[in-house]
Amino acid sequence: MTAPAVPAPPPASTGEMSRIPTGWKTRRNAELGLLAFAMTIVAVFGATVEAHQFDEIRMTSWIPAALVGILFLGLHVVVRYTAPFADPVLLPAVALINGIGVGFLRRLDLARAIAQKQPEPGIFAGTGGRQLAWTLASLILAAILLLVIRDHKVVSRYAYTLGLIGIVLVMIPAVLPSSISEVNGAKLWIRFGSFSIQPGEFAKIALVSFFAYYLVRKREVLSLASRRFLGIDFPRGRDLGPVVTVWLLSLLVLVFEKDLGTALLYFGLFVVTLYVATERASWLIIGLVLFFGGVYLAYLLGASIGGPFANFYDRAEVWLDPFSRANYERESGSSYQLVQGLLGLGTGGLFGAGPGAGSPGKVPEVRTDFIFAGLGEEIGLFGLTALLVLYLLIVERGLRAALAVHDSFGKLVAGGLAFTLGLQVFVILGGITGLIPLTGQTTPFLSAGGSSLMANWLLVAMLLRISDAARQPVAGLGRERSGPKKAPVQLHGAMTEVIKP
Amino acid sequence: MNAPLRRSGVVILVLFGLLFANLNWIQFYKADEYRTHEYNSRVTVAEYETPRGVIEAGGTALAQNKTTDDELKYLRTYPEGKIYAPVLGYKPVIGGATGIESAENDFLSGASDKLFGDRLSSMFTGDNPGGGNVVLSLSTKAQEVAWKQMTNNQRGVTKGAAVAIDPSTGAVQAMVSMPSYDPNPLVSHDTEAAAKAYQKLANDDDDPLINRATGATLPPGSVFKVIVSAAALQNGYKTSSEIEAGSSYKEGGATIRNSEEEVCPGSQVTLKEALTESCNTGFARLGVALGADKVKDTAKAFGFEDDTLKVGDLDSKTGLTVAASKTGDIANPDGSTDTAALAQSSLGQRDVRMTPMQGALMAATVANGGRQMRPYLVQKLLGPDRRTIYTAEAEKLRDPISSDVAGDLQDMMVSVVENGTGKRAQINGFTVGGKTGTAQNAEGADPHGWFIGFAFDSSGKAVSAVCVMLENVPGGHASAEAARIAGLIMKAAAGQGGD
Repeated sequence: MTAPAVPAPPPASTGEMSRIPTGWKTRRNAELGLLAFAMTIVAVFGATVEAHQFDEIRMTSWIPAALVGILFLGLHVVVRYTAPFADPVLLPAVALINGIGVGFLRRLDLARAIAQKQPEPGIFAGTGGRQLAWTLASLILAAILLLVIRDHKVVSRYAYTLGLIGIVLVMIPAVLPSSISEVNGAKLWIRFGSFSIQPGEFAKIALVSFFAYYLVRKREVLSLASRRFLGIDFPRGRDLGPVVTVWLLSLLVLVFEKDLGTALLYFGLFVVTLYVATERASWLIIGLVLFFGGVYLAYLLGASIGGPFANFYDRAEVWLDPFSRANYERESGSSYQLVQGLLGLGTGGLFGAGPGAGSPGKVPEVRTDFIFAGLGEEIGLFGLTALLVLYLLIVERGLRAALAVHDSFGKLVAGGLAFTLGLQVFVILGGITGLIPLTGQTTPFLSAGGSSLMANWLLVAMLLRISDAARQPVAGLGRERSGPKKAPVQLHGAMTEVIKP
Repeated sequence: MNAPLRRSGVVILVLFGLLFANLNWIQFYKADEYRTHEYNSRVTVAEYETPRGVIEAGGTALAQNKTTDDELKYLRTYPEGKIYAPVLGYKPVIGGATGIESAENDFLSGASDKLFGDRLSSMFTGDNPGGGNVVLSLSTKAQEVAWKQMTNNQRGVTKGAAVAIDPSTGAVQAMVSMPSYDPNPLVSHDTEAAAKAYQKLANDDDDPLINRATGATLPPGSVFKVIVSAAALQNGYKTSSEIEAGSSYKEGGATIRNSEEEVCPGSQVTLKEALTESCNTGFARLGVALGADKVKDTAKAFGFEDDTLKVGDLDSKTGLTVAASKTGDIANPDGSTDTAALAQSSLGQRDVRMTPMQGALMAATVANGGRQMRPYLVQKLLGPDRRTIYTAEAEKLRDPISSDVAGDLQDMMVSVVENGTGKRAQINGFTVGGKTGTAQNAEGADPHGWFIGFAFDSSGKAVSAVCVMLENVPGGHASAEAARIAGLIMKAAAGQGGD
């Protein structure tokens, strides 16, 4: 556990240091240094890919790495002026994963171009090029968020609106005809020609904000005004109503959209924010029982009546024995993809074949869902472990911001977002490695896809914003925060409405 | 709210711990299994990144590569199809190689220690030239004649084998097995089509995938009389020694008759005459007179009971596995000699089984003055740049008989071809010796026809030793067709005649 229990102690608490912010460390230069280190790795990755694909390292190999480097540097500058106290590790860690993702997608483009004897795609062409463009868009969005929202508590003002937006975003693909909303069997998309977005990705942040606001307001009620049943405290229905409604709606919609991975994410998000807000472990137990009960029920239903549950049943069967010939060769829902991913990972072994030297093209959907398996063949167990540690670092830094920030709303938002990110990584990587049944999910910051990248960068911007609030000196509103702007500091802190039962 | 947040962190840590443990399981513990899993085509793709070495004989490429547009860059092709298939084997995309492709796999694929220098230099130059080339000792002329004569034999026989060896070196000059198969469909990059083609061959009752020259053991019939003759000569008999014969001979419940009335009807016949006419009663009595141990020991000295012989590369001792030829037990349950079995075994019947390769070795030993050379198929190994890395140097395998005994046997076997049952093996300009065999096998089935023999050129040099085996030859005189084919093969091996 890396997140320390104690938030960074503000030196301001000692009278001697109250002259801040001169002695206060913003750690922005550390961020810059880490960013430079991350970009060096991305550049070396790109060069190694070229060495393996073309048998030579050309001068142009530096261009993609340099471009992503410049983009991240731009965000770093924005952070420097809008969130000077933000956690210095978050941005470089995310940038490294994002940069590797762009590099790996470009590597797949190069391999395809070579195999088809076509000219190499331009810097902004192909999946890797598009991902580079999406990175630019994402960073602009993140910068806008940091520039516009100077205090995360402002968000709570729009909590109900955000909740509504979240629901609508999740629902849109479900109500649209399949022809413009379905990709590979999952109705999660809005497609206009070759352009498509996954609105549900953005719903995460909106829903977290809504959950956080609502739970903070009702916190006392939820923890105190409860009925005891079977030794577990249940809150009154009217207190929990809106949250359960929102959650049930999103879940129902997701069932119609045939995407269980996302449903699982929202479920986890809901349970964790509820748990953190109420501090009652009983919610975890109820949540887990409900979840595993539901999964088992769906499995049984899939085995007996099939219908909408058949897909789930197939996936469970495939998960239990991917290498059986029956599962490998079945017509639909075969374990082919899972097996090819596992074989790729196994072939990579401890050290991997080296960037550009494997055959990730053998794994279906290696650009999106299975990018981790494709990457694993080339960077091996050691590389993947490093990636896992990076993800863990991001999640724990997010949780650390949640621990350190003083207002409950910020705690819930940061905690909820960080946990969801961690859970998403677990769901997709666990699926690819056969640890849990496979559900279609993007690997955050790595998979090809603009919606996921933008939404997750917004999430990071939110974490940066909250960590900035968590780490800034208490007394000092600093240079950047000068001005008459009065933040609604107390609104969602400890002084919540307490309705006596 | 900090306590639940911290616990959430622990939950994430545990989940990531599970991911990490599972990744270790896949990428460390299971790595080798996955790397070589039948569903994993990566290994294959890498293997086909560089060209496999060529297998050739007499300047003709017998196994080579064609560049393709698909994922596997090179397609293995066998331009001569069925003729060389039992020797070359094939290298399929999925599964193991067979034949020389398997025996020399390391060299052909470039993984051999012999090619270490080439691999090292390719690390610096960056271009991988591929594997080394294998030059076989086969004479393409002898091989083609053997194949043509076997498959177009005058009796319509469909199964059989022929082996020709250079007696003085052990170099295999020809090796044919029929029916054969076309290896090309088996190495198709369409693995499903390849598997289908393989299944069809594997289910064929005529066993085309078996190399009968090295893998089939059949009763040798009268060919075995050469062994009994050798045993006799080593035990004081002369070619002119009179041995007991007669039109029939009863021994321990077995009745031995001659193939025809006019063969050795008298009570006495010389050893030479007995072999020349293939006198059954004479050899049955001779075997019994010598005793089971002497017959078995002589057979063993010639290479019977040896299941370690591989014909291929003298250096690495890899090659086509030669099945052990066997004399059988020739013993009663109490351990004493079963004389009926001994009488029958002395005619190459009962439990005696022999491979065509063993037959050729016997003939070669006699022709080479009693020294049995180790047979080999790989004449040279060339690097990817065709630099010679290895050249076969003839190696003695055994000394089964003295040169005197060998000389006597030569004399007797030449008599077989000149005056006796092997007349059809004669070739102009050569002194040919040999022994025929007509072996009864299953009840009611046509007998197998055998011929082993050798040829000396006009200068007295042994140019070739051969064994031809035809399974279930209809129409009587089964060995005559084998003798005819043997003569033509030896002539071609000596560099003469087209067919």
